[in-house]
Amino acid sequence: MTIEQAISLAPAERAIQLIGGDLTEKSLRLHLEGLPGVDAVGLEARAASLGTRSIKTTSKAWALDKVIELIDLTTLEGSDTPGKVQSLVAKAMIPDPSDLSAPRVAAVCVYGDMVPYAVEALGAAGGESGIHVAAVATAFPSGRASLPVKIADTKDAVSSGADEIDMVIDRGAFLSGRYGLVFDQIVAVKEACRRENGSYAHLKVILETGELTTYDNVRRASWLAILAGGDFIKTSTGKVAPAATLPVTLLMLQVVNDWYRLTGERIGVKPAGGIRTSKDAIKYLVTVAETVGEEWLQPHLFRFGASSLLNDVLLQRQKLTSGHYSGPDYVTVD
Amino acid sequence: MPETNRFLDYAPAPESTAILNLRESYGLFIDGEFSDGHGESFPIISPATEAKIAQIATADASDVDRAVAAARRAYSRTWTKLSGADRGKYLFRIARLVQERARELAVAESLDNGKPIKESRDVDVPLVAAWFFYYAGWADKLDYAGLGPNPRSLGVAAQVIPWNFPLLMLAWKIAPALAAGNTVVIKPAETTPLTALIFAEILQQADLPVGVVNIITGAGDTGSLLVNHPDVNKVAFTGSTAVGRAIARSTAGSGKKLTLELGGKAANIVFDDAPMDQAIEGIVNGIFFNQGHVCCAGSRLLVQENVKDEVVDRLKARLSTLRLGDPLDKNTDIGAINSRAQLERIRELSNIGEQEGAERWTADCEIPKNGFWFAPTIFTNVSTSHRIAREEVFGPVLSVLSFRTPAEAISKANNTPYGLSAGIWSSNGSRVLGVADKLRAGVVWINTFNQFDPASPFGGYKESGYGREGGRHGLAAYLTGAALESSGRGSSSAALTKGASK
Amino acid sequence: MTRLAVPKTYKLYIGGKFPRSESGRVYPVATSKGVFLANAAQASRKDARDAVVAARAASSGWAGATGYNRGQVLYRIAELLEGRRAQFVDELRLSEGLSESAAQRQVDAAIDVWVWYAGWADKYVQVAGNGNPVSGPYFNISTPEATGVVAIIAPQESSLLGLVSVIAPALVSGNTVVVVASERAPLAAISLSEVLATSDVPGGVINVLTGSAAEIAPWLARHADVNALDLAGADELAGDLTWIDLQIAGAETLKRVLPPESGVPTPSVERITFFTETKTVWHTKGII
Repeated sequence: MTIEQAISLAPAERAIQLIGGDLTEKSLRLHLEGLPGVDAVGLEARAASLGTRSIKTTSKAWALDKVIELIDLTTLEGSDTPGKVQSLVAKAMIPDPSDLSAPRVAAVCVYGDMVPYAVEALGAAGGESGIHVAAVATAFPSGRASLPVKIADTKDAVSSGADEIDMVIDRGAFLSGRYGLVFDQIVAVKEACRRENGSYAHLKVILETGELTTYDNVRRASWLAILAGGDFIKTSTGKVAPAATLPVTLLMLQVVNDWYRLTGERIGVKPAGGIRTSKDAIKYLVTVAETVGEEWLQPHLFRFGASSLLNDVLLQRQKLTSGHYSGPDYVTVD
Repeated sequence: MPETNRFLDYAPAPESTAILNLRESYGLFIDGEFSDGHGESFPIISPATEAKIAQIATADASDVDRAVAAARRAYSRTWTKLSGADRGKYLFRIARLVQERARELAVAESLDNGKPIKESRDVDVPLVAAWFFYYAGWADKLDYAGLGPNPRSLGVAAQVIPWNFPLLMLAWKIAPALAAGNTVVIKPAETTPLTALIFAEILQQADLPVGVVNIITGAGDTGSLLVNHPDVNKVAFTGSTAVGRAIARSTAGSGKKLTLELGGKAANIVFDDAPMDQAIEGIVNGIFFNQGHVCCAGSRLLVQENVKDEVVDRLKARLSTLRLGDPLDKNTDIGAINSRAQLERIRELSNIGEQEGAERWTADCEIPKNGFWFAPTIFTNVSTSHRIAREEVFGPVLSVLSFRTPAEAISKANNTPYGLSAGIWSSNGSRVLGVADKLRAGVVWINTFNQFDPASPFGGYKESGYGREGGRHGLAAYLTGAALESSGRGSSSAALTKGASK
Repeated sequence: MTRLAVPKTYKLYIGGKFPRSESGRVYPVATSKGVFLANAAQASRKDARDAVVAARAASSGWAGATGYNRGQVLYRIAELLEGRRAQFVDELRLSEGLSESAAQRQVDAAIDVWVWYAGWADKYVQVAGNGNPVSGPYFNISTPEATGVVAIIAPQESSLLGLVSVIAPALVSGNTVVVVASERAPLAAISLSEVLATSDVPGGVINVLTGSAAEIAPWLARHADVNALDLAGADELAGDLTWIDLQIAGAETLKRVLPPESGVPTPSVERITFFTETKTVWHTKGII
C-alpha cells in the first residue's frame, strides 16, 4: 500500500466516527503520524517517580487483594496439557487454600486448544460473571500467518467458550508503515469474536511493545488498536524481551486517558510478562490510579498478564495477616 | 480498606524522625567547635506544625570577627599548606559522610524547611553528596580548569545562602570554595539552619582542619556583617535580587570577588508539537517542585494559543492528583510553605493577581490546621503587565500566558529584568535550538525542567545575578588568574592571557 | 604660496551617523603644547541615551551574526586602519605630542590588536564553553554569548590604542558598545569612527561619544538598558566622582563591572569573556 493509493478499509465504527467516513490508508496514516510525540526521558522519569509511592498498611492490604482480582493467570507453554490447565484453574479459583478470604483471579489465559479444558474445569465458576477464559489467538506469539488462519484461530477459541481473545498485531506490517493492513486485521479478528448470539468476546490487542521498540510506535499502535475496535490494549506476549515495563504501560494508560477525554469511552489496559513481585504490581496500580483514575482498577479495565506474580502476592498477603514473613512452601505451585 | 476510603488516599507513610539526634540549642561553629553567639538567640520551627525544633544562636559583629579570623588563620596556616590532593581527600570524605548520613539529613531538611521528604531524600541530599564528590576531584587539577597555569585561591570566602535548598546551597558554596583552596565562613538562612549545623558535625567526623569551614547563624544583619567584613576576599550570595543589589553596592570598589545567584521569573514555553504528557509533567515540576520556592521556577507558562485550553485542562487534572501535606510523609508532593512571612507574600501577590483580573484556579486539597500551606494555584487570562507575571512569587503559583508565533514567545519570555532560566517544549529539533539561542537566560531546559548537576554551570543573566555555580565555571568563581567570570578588582590583569600585539 | 587647509569638523558617532551633540556644545581640543586643534562635540546625557538606544537596536543583529562573520568584519577594520595609517600617525603626533616613531608604534599596535581580537570571534566559545558530563540522559552544553550593551570609559592615554583595546574585546562576542573616548585626546576616536562608518560594521554596533566622562558616565552607569560597564579609563574622573560611584550606580540593575586598569589594557581572552553570559542548555537524550 502506498499513501497515494486510497484503499477503503474495513468498516470500524470508532475510526469512522473520529477520522471520517471516507477512511483511507492515507487518512489513517495522517491521523497516527499527527499524534504528539513522546519524550523517552520524561516518560521514564514520570514512571520512576510513580514507582516511589510508598503503599503501606491498609492501602497495601487493599492493593494486594486488588492485584489478585486483576490477574489473568497465564500458562502459555508448548508443553501445556489438560492437566496443567486444570491445575491452573484450581489455583485461579482458590489461590490460597490456607486462607479462603483471598479473592479469585480475573481470568485464566491459555492457548486456544486448551480453552475447552479450562471451561470444563471452571464449570459454574466460569462464565460472564465468573472467572473468564482468555485465549491467545491469531498465530500467537509471532502473528505470522495469513488472515484466514488468524480468523479461524479466533473463531475456534470463541466457539470453544473463550470469553476473551488476546490477539497479536502484525508488527512487521506496522513497522513497515502498513497501518491499514494492521487495522484491517484487527477489525477482522474483532468480527471473528462475534458469537452466534450476537455478543462479542472481549478483544485484547497485543502490541508486542518489545518489538515496536519506540514509544512513538507504542502510542501509534495503541491508538490504532483502539480505533480498530480493541476492548483492551495489551503490552506483550511474554515471549519477547522486554515485555511489560512501567513506562510503556504508563504511555498506554495516557493514550487510554486521551481516548476517554475525547469520547467518554473507557478502554482497558493489560501489561503482561515480567511483572513478578507484589512491589512491582503495586507500582502499576499506583500508575493506573494516578493516570486514568481509580475507577480503572476493575477487571474489565485493567489486567495483569502474569503467572508467578500470584504466589508473591499471596506471600505478602500472608505476611500482612500473620505479621511474619512466609516462604515459598506455604503457597501452592500450579 | 473501607468503602469510603479511596486507594488514592494512600495510608500514611511517614518517615520516622527517630533517626534525628537533635540538640535543644545550637551555637556557632567556629574554629571546629560550637560556641555561644553574642547576639540574641532565636527559635526555629517546623513550618508544617509550627512546633519548635531548636534554639539557634545569633552571631553579632564580634562573632563575625571571630569566624572570619578563624577562617583567615586556617587559610594562611593550614589549608593553603595542604596539597590539592589532600584538600580533595577531605572533600571526598565529606561526600561519603553525607551519603552515610543521607537519611538523617533528609529528615532534618524536611522538618526544618517543610519540603516533601521525597524531594529532600531523592533530590537535595543526593545532589549535596554529588557536589562534594565532583569538586573533590577538581582540587588537585586546578591547572586544567581552563584558567591558565597555577591559578590561585582568593582567601576567605563569605557565603550567605537561602532557605529554599538549605543544605544543597551550602554544598554549592562550600565544595568549590574548598576545592579551589579558599576557607569559608557561611551563614545559612535564619529559618533553615538545621542541616548546616548537622553538617558541622560531619566536618568534625571528617576531621577537617579547624577554621576551614565556619558556620554562623543569625538573620540578615549577621549576613550583612559577614559580606561587608574587611578581611573577606570573596562574597557568594544566593537569595533575593533586592539583597543582591545591596551587596553589589556595598562591596563595590572593595576588590572582593562577587558571585550573585538571585531571583527569576522563568518562562516555560510550550509549543503545539510538544511531547504533551511530558510537557504537563515538566510544567508541574517546573513550578510546584519545592512548593515553587525555586529561583529558577517556571512561573510563567507560555503556551501556544492553539493548545492553550488543552494544556490548561490537562494541567488542572494533573494538579488534582498532587498530594499536599506532611512533608515527612513519603507520598507528599507539596509540602509546607517555609515561613509565615513567605506565605503572606504569596497570598498578597495572588490576591493582587485576582484584583488585576486574572482568573484563579486552585487545586482542591485539604489544608492542615497548623503550619503554613498554600494549595497549588494557576492563574489564567494573565497578561504580561500583571504583577503575578512580572514579580517573583516564590510559591506554588503559575501564571498562564499565550503566544502565537515563536518570535512572540521569545519576546515575551525575554520581557523581564530577570534572566535565570527558561524551558522549551517542542519536538522540532531545529526550533528548540533556535529558540534556546534567543532566550536571555543562563539555563535553558529543553523538554525537561529543574535539572541540576554539579558538572553543569548554573546562574543568571541581567538582574538574576552574575557568576556561575557548578562545573568548571563554578570553580573559576573561587580562583584568580581566572580567565572566566571574574568580577571586581580581585582579578589581576597580570595573570591575563597575554596577547600577540607585541 | 601655502595652501589654506580645510579643517575637519569632529562630531559624535551614534547609530552609524555623525550627529553634533544635541546640546549644541563643543569643547576645544589642543595639542600637548596647548595649540588649538579642533572643537570636539561635548556629548550630553541625551546623546548617551541616543547611543544606548542605537546600541540596543543593533544588538540582536550583531550578536546573531556568526563568529566567522564578526571576525571578518573586525578584521576589515584593521585593513582600513592600515590604509589610513599616515593620517592616524599625524593625528597622534599632534594630539598626544608623540614622536613620529612613537605614533607609528601606537597605530601599528592598534591595528595588531584588531587583528588579534578579530581572530577570537569564532574561537572564544570553544575556549570558554564546555560540554558538561551530567549524571543523566541529557545533552548539556555551556556556551558564552554576548551580555548585550556595554558602556565603556576608554583609557585617557594612548587615545587610539587605548580605545581599540577596550572596544575590540567587547565586540568579539557580539556586544554592542557605547564608548566615551579619551577626553583630552578625542580626535583619533572620531577618525576611527570614520573608518568604522566605511567598514562593514553595522551602524549602532559601536557608538562613540566625546566629552566629559564625569558628566556622561553616571548616566550610562544608571541606564537600565546597559548590561555592563568597562571602567578602564575611569580611574581619574573630574570632580569628586570616582569609578566606585559608577560601580555602585551600576549595581541598581546588577551590571557587570570591569574596574579601571592602569595604562592600556593588555589584550586578553578575559576581556572577551568578561562581557559574556554563560548559557547552559539541557536537552533530553533517548533512542526509543
